[in-house]
Amino acid sequence: MGMIVQGATGDWEVVIGLEVHAQVTSNAKLFSGSATEYGAEPNSQVSFVDSAMPGMLPVINEKAVEQAVRTGLGLKAQINKYSVFDRKNYFYADLPQGYQISQYLQPVVGEGKITIDLADGESREIGITRLHLEQDAGKSLHDQHPNMTLVDLNRSGVALMEIVSEPDMRSPEEAAAYVKKLRSILRYLGTCDGNMEEGSMRADVNVSVRRPGDEFGTRCEMKNINSVRFMQQAIIYEANRQVDILEEGGSVDQETRLYDPVKGETRSMRSKEEAHDYRYFPDPDLLPLEFDDAFIDGIRVTLPELPDDKKARFVSELSLSPYDAGVLVAEKEVADYFEAVAEGRDAKLAANWVIGELFGNLNRTGKPLGESPVSAEGLGSLIDLIKDGTISNRIAKEVFEEMFDTGKNAADIVEEKGLKQVSDTGAIEAAIDEVIAANPDKVAEYKGGKDKLFGFFMGQVMKATQGKANPGVVTQILRPKLDD
Amino acid sequence: MSDLTKLTIAAARDGLAAGDFSSRELTAAHITAMEAAEPLNAFITKTPEKAVEAATDSDTRRGKGEAGKMDGIPIAIKDLYCTKDVLTTAASHILDGFTPKYESTVTANLWAEGAVMLGKANLDEFAMGSSNETSFYGNVANPWRREGDNRMLVPGGSSGGSASSVASFSAMGATGTDTGGSIRQPASFTGIVGMKPTYGRCSRWGVVAFASSLDQAGPMTRTVRDSAIMLEAMAGFDPKDSTSVDLTVPNFEAALTGDIRGMKIGIPNEYRLDGINPEINALWEKGIDWMKSAGAEIVDISLPHTKYALPAYYIIAPAEASSNLARYDGVKYGLRVEGEDLNDMYASTRAEGFGAEVKRRLLIGTYALSAGYYDAYYLKAQKVRTKISDDFKEAFKQVDAILTPTAPSAAFAYGEKGDDPLEMYLNDVFTVPASLAGLPGISVPAGLSEEGLPLGLQILAKPFDEETVFKAAGVLEEAAAFAATPADWWRG
Repeated sequence: MGMIVQGATGDWEVVIGLEVHAQVTSNAKLFSGSATEYGAEPNSQVSFVDSAMPGMLPVINEKAVEQAVRTGLGLKAQINKYSVFDRKNYFYADLPQGYQISQYLQPVVGEGKITIDLADGESREIGITRLHLEQDAGKSLHDQHPNMTLVDLNRSGVALMEIVSEPDMRSPEEAAAYVKKLRSILRYLGTCDGNMEEGSMRADVNVSVRRPGDEFGTRCEMKNINSVRFMQQAIIYEANRQVDILEEGGSVDQETRLYDPVKGETRSMRSKEEAHDYRYFPDPDLLPLEFDDAFIDGIRVTLPELPDDKKARFVSELSLSPYDAGVLVAEKEVADYFEAVAEGRDAKLAANWVIGELFGNLNRTGKPLGESPVSAEGLGSLIDLIKDGTISNRIAKEVFEEMFDTGKNAADIVEEKGLKQVSDTGAIEAAIDEVIAANPDKVAEYKGGKDKLFGFFMGQVMKATQGKANPGVVTQILRPKLDD
Repeated sequence: MSDLTKLTIAAARDGLAAGDFSSRELTAAHITAMEAAEPLNAFITKTPEKAVEAATDSDTRRGKGEAGKMDGIPIAIKDLYCTKDVLTTAASHILDGFTPKYESTVTANLWAEGAVMLGKANLDEFAMGSSNETSFYGNVANPWRREGDNRMLVPGGSSGGSASSVASFSAMGATGTDTGGSIRQPASFTGIVGMKPTYGRCSRWGVVAFASSLDQAGPMTRTVRDSAIMLEAMAGFDPKDSTSVDLTVPNFEAALTGDIRGMKIGIPNEYRLDGINPEINALWEKGIDWMKSAGAEIVDISLPHTKYALPAYYIIAPAEASSNLARYDGVKYGLRVEGEDLNDMYASTRAEGFGAEVKRRLLIGTYALSAGYYDAYYLKAQKVRTKISDDFKEAFKQVDAILTPTAPSAAFAYGEKGDDPLEMYLNDVFTVPASLAGLPGISVPAGLSEEGLPLGLQILAKPFDEETVFKAAGVLEEAAAFAATPADWWRG
């Protein structure tokens, strides 16, 4: 569902396009061998190349190129066997070269697409315009000194993929779904860790509004948004701002704006007139990137099953609901965990346990899946105990919590606590007889036609056996006794 | 001992090997000559102590039988090459106090072969100039003067300090860099041999960039043999320079067979310029005769796009420079002139730090790359460049080498070219086409002008065929028998 802003003069449709900057997972920068670890001491990961010392030259990091191609393949995109690095020229204190090496007219990856999943269970296809490789700039720190700006060049030269979408999104929810899906794909591919807090993924958001069905309106770009929530807030604010202008008969100026998450508003950074003339030209220090089909195919064969395919398989082969399948595939780690649990077991039951109890306990304790005290194997063996009738589903939940809190395995907990389900007909029959003998009035009522009381007797028997009686066996014996 | 400065590198190499003298003696003689030649202003930084130290090390190595190809030979390094812990200026105010913590690949190669650094040679600021008049550290004087005329002459540029140091016998050889003729033209002006190898033959890593697609390091020496020896020590694939080419460096000296019988030498019709000093063409004719006498076959060729080379060069080189020089912004190293804000600091630093010629080229280059002008200037110039390369490719289907004049005139006096930069740019008319095509080229001193000044002839060959260049140059050198030396007026 698209977002419609209702103005006094009618409805306005919101149009959104995203440029996502994703840091390439690689232990070296795009054109220098420097390390890229997050959180290192300022200016500790800076080579002569990164600091643009005179006479220094860039040399392409082949791993970064492979990662870009891999990402392109994951986005079902055109891989360009010939691409060119260009210089984007502008002055800034944290841009040591005075230009950023990027790709302009001939990017390494062309058109592709992403399928986004929406809350109503629908999905939509969003076009990818291109993906190109470029260097990150350093970081200006304006808050470290009363009257100086400090520069940290650790990020200078770090490899980024800029992934540009078509203006295909129509609501903040769609934009959020796009970023989440893109992040999921990148993480599956291992080409970007998708960590928005650490700045490994940031988005430039282009927003315009138009009368439904009209041509695109003038867009504004909001730079460097580093959370999905802020992005949605920025889109809503910006769409309303533009509608207000248009409703009052004004026109939207094409400009770059900054979203301020504290004030919840966007403000102008620079207008179109003030926009930089980047004077792009091919970087003469670098040769064009050229590769053959064998190079691409060599990467293609190493691609993992991606979330969409995995989801489809979970639905068709494991009979999961599309919703459950979608939840399980969002993170590769979760999908892998689930598959390990489901291996040779009832997949639906496995899905319920992962989504219900496991996620619940992880949330309760604030732990990521990687730190779960219950391994996939452990959860699997618990499910086995339910399946073979050793414990009931209800007892199993208790056991799971115990497993989660103590790290012990299911069989030991069941053994220690004596939680084994009782299927011994003699013991159960004895308990039933006691319950019937203790409640003659209820028996009379039941026989008088009050069928619902069957549940009461079940409950009493279970209570008498501390919940360990096998409910199936109880039913089998109880019913004929009452119906006599 | 001062005779030692008159030796060629080849002769010094043999003398050192024979134990006739030590590198310490050879180096000391050159330090004395370098100090005496102070009036030429050929050096921005002299490093005599380091030179003595390096010479001592060389003698020790030689004693152990571990001498390299250039071991113990004192040379000058154009101050465009970054040298570890030695001030590196590019002759610009903007690099004030810049002392690199790294060594350029080419100089590192030279040191690995045992060469001894005397100091850092003066040049046009950021190698932009053809007369060495744009250096922040002052003009360099040509050791040569016109007969009966004491006016100082320019040594050519941009490798003017390198040329002057070699021509004045202060250094046995010098590194230069050639973007549009910056090795060959000053070699011609000072009566020495200047070799620009094929683009990609020498690493550009650690050489301050002017125009990345054109810059190439090369040797400046007094003989062709010395040039071959020195280039072999400088050249080689460098994984740190993506544009350096992974080819084995041949034994260039072995190419000096003196035998060019059957070699086809092209004479490009388009290099016969109207209005050029007739003595340039006369010398060219002489060169043609020498080559013919040596058994070469002379072939008239056409390089039809030659007249567009200079305009294309003066778009491409400034365009690249405008981007390459953006890093000199006062933030990280060199000069900083404080300002009210960041932009003001940039503007003040660059206004004060760059000289007029550099500013002119940065303005031209910035303009040529601007939105709306890119296609008309930069893209067009690149297309012209391709045409010029194609001209040479066609020509080299018929010939092995090409013979041309190096420069349209002999050295001129300071200020003589007036204020018109275009007239100055014409100095590069014969050297720029080969630069655009990335070809190897050499200038060999071939005669004296009527005013008694040296004039050079240029030999070009196919990419990575420096051996043919050296072979033909060796024959040309022998035939020309250029033995004149400048009077050492600077000794007072």
